[in-house]
Amino acid sequence: MFYREAGDFKTSYTDDSQTFPIKFDRYRYYVVLAVAFGIIPFIINDYWANALLLPFLIYAIAAIGLNILVGYCGQVSLGTGGFMAVGAYACYKLMTSFPDVSMFIHVILAGGITAIVGVLFGLPSLRIKGFYLAVATLAAQFFLVWLFNRVPWFYNYSASGQINAPERDVFGIIITGPNAPAWATYMFCLIFLAFSALIARNLTRGTTGRTWMAIRDMDIAAEIIGVNPLKAKMSAFAVSSFFIGIAGALFFAVYLGAVEVGEVFGIQKSFLVLFMIIIGGLGSIFGSFAGAAFLVLLPVVLKVVGVDVLGWPTDIVAHLQLVIVGALIIMFLILEPHGLAQLWRVAKEKLRLWPFPH
Amino acid sequence: MPDQLIFAMEVFLNGLMAGVLYALVALGFVLIYKASGIFNYAQGVMALFAAMTLVGIMNGQVPFAHLINATFGTHAHKFGWNIPAFLAILMTMAVMVLLAWAVQRFVMRHLVGQEPIILFMATIGLAYFLEGVADLMWGSEIKKLDVGLPQGINLWIDETTFNIFGYGFFIDNLDLVATVIAALLVTALVAFSQYTKQGRAMRAVADDHQAALSVGISLNFIWIMVWSVAGFVALVAGIMWGTKSGVQFSLSLIALKALPVLMLGGFTSIPGAIVGGLIIGVGEKLFEFAIGPLVGGATENWFAYVLALIFLVFRPQGLFGEKIIERV
Repeated sequence: MFYREAGDFKTSYTDDSQTFPIKFDRYRYYVVLAVAFGIIPFIINDYWANALLLPFLIYAIAAIGLNILVGYCGQVSLGTGGFMAVGAYACYKLMTSFPDVSMFIHVILAGGITAIVGVLFGLPSLRIKGFYLAVATLAAQFFLVWLFNRVPWFYNYSASGQINAPERDVFGIIITGPNAPAWATYMFCLIFLAFSALIARNLTRGTTGRTWMAIRDMDIAAEIIGVNPLKAKMSAFAVSSFFIGIAGALFFAVYLGAVEVGEVFGIQKSFLVLFMIIIGGLGSIFGSFAGAAFLVLLPVVLKVVGVDVLGWPTDIVAHLQLVIVGALIIMFLILEPHGLAQLWRVAKEKLRLWPFPH
Repeated sequence: MPDQLIFAMEVFLNGLMAGVLYALVALGFVLIYKASGIFNYAQGVMALFAAMTLVGIMNGQVPFAHLINATFGTHAHKFGWNIPAFLAILMTMAVMVLLAWAVQRFVMRHLVGQEPIILFMATIGLAYFLEGVADLMWGSEIKKLDVGLPQGINLWIDETTFNIFGYGFFIDNLDLVATVIAALLVTALVAFSQYTKQGRAMRAVADDHQAALSVGISLNFIWIMVWSVAGFVALVAGIMWGTKSGVQFSLSLIALKALPVLMLGGFTSIPGAIVGGLIIGVGEKLFEFAIGPLVGGATENWFAYVLALIFLVFRPQGLFGEKIIERV
């Protein structure tokens, strides 16, 4: 009834190969875009931006990045926190060294620098696989965090060892620092998210994405049919780290404003983003959004229910949160290994046939 | 002898001792991996959980006191008794067996036949779950654990080395005890898996699940047993680390330190876990001693991982691991 191809005729190849081939889906997508760009910026306030929207947008970028590596290319990485730190520190160094350049360029450059670092730490993936690789990426995580903690050049020799985002603007609108208006920070992150999703979606639909998936499904077989594992794996690491670096830069510059690397970009962050893509769905762009939204919302909801409604102390709620997240992950892996994205797919399939059962 | 060399020797010995403790955690990993092909990330949290339960039982704490008090408005904190260490260890072991059963019944049974990486992620979920439960049950503050193990400087070694080198080595008694216990544990585990009926069944399961099933071995039973043994190893590791540095969250991070140990030694080899642990322990202490001051210190955070990474590039299956054969 709502979601079906009937009556939606394609008259050109461009029509046939578009991202959302079904009309209903396409209009839904336009509506989401219109609400995100046209309505939310006018009604947003500081609380909503800082508690929900900014973390959601930024984590969604990181989740898309990690999903490309883990979900599409099958290379498990536990170094996300470290790569986000690279993005943050690269952005900081660029912001302080070139104050007059637009923030857009800084963030993109920070992503590029992270991509280079990602490729460097991704090189061992050519020799080692599976768990061994997951553990090898831990080397990146711990080494990078240590590096930013110990080498004063990275934090401009500040006494506290922290990095603080100075005030910077885009076309005259302040984006970073305490005086940035909520709608501006929101729009800034949203633009990056929209483009990341667009790029990721089209990469994974095309040749590049198919070589990644071939490597994921069976790397030796892929090699035999002519996929170059070096190119496929390195490009996955580069693209993934690029997005993660952008997320790290935004997380530091726009969202937090001040960062102590061990606390913010520790191993916990790596797991958080990994959980997002497991719960959301490995190998799905929509899943990255869903997982990020879920894990950003969960603590807020728990806090509202536990602390404000039931009146429990905050530490109990924090512990309960661990229990719930852990249990949810196990439940998802048992009941729906493909995550929220699969639920969405099933729902769409049902909608297509509705009101008939088969 | 020059001072630097003597200091280096002391660092070397202390590294060996630290390595033994790493190896203890790594052993638990190897056991589960060998028997069920699951890479159990929760091993470190199991050690934390065991240590917290032990402290809680010894002090007569009321489990979930915080939660109960917050829900019902009561003020229960302690039962008001203290249980002797030996009895408390037995009770903790019973809890770990219960935990093994629960893990098998509610998690692993539903994930049979899934890809290894899915199982790995399930154990990460398990780690979070257990950590939350442990905190809820016993509270998250740092606790002191004392089951009567000797601690402090070993005077005999101090005196002997002073007489030989003119400089007394500082070796902790606890580390010596840990070494002895680790040696006993490994001997016992090897004997168990080689000479008992259950041990043989365990190896059969590790070799081939289906073949083991077809000759009448109960997979459920074997897996509960393996997780219980891993729980026991976790308890021992938890006692050692807990006595050394207090029972606190950072205990679960030792699990992460055990990972490079495993990569060096190979996931499937018990001797590998020991040798890997020793190499990592000595390596990171010596590196910190020699290079640390030049680059700002705290290299122990990452040295083990980078060493393992470099090592793996040359030998992907670890020192003693089975050769990886890949087919299409």
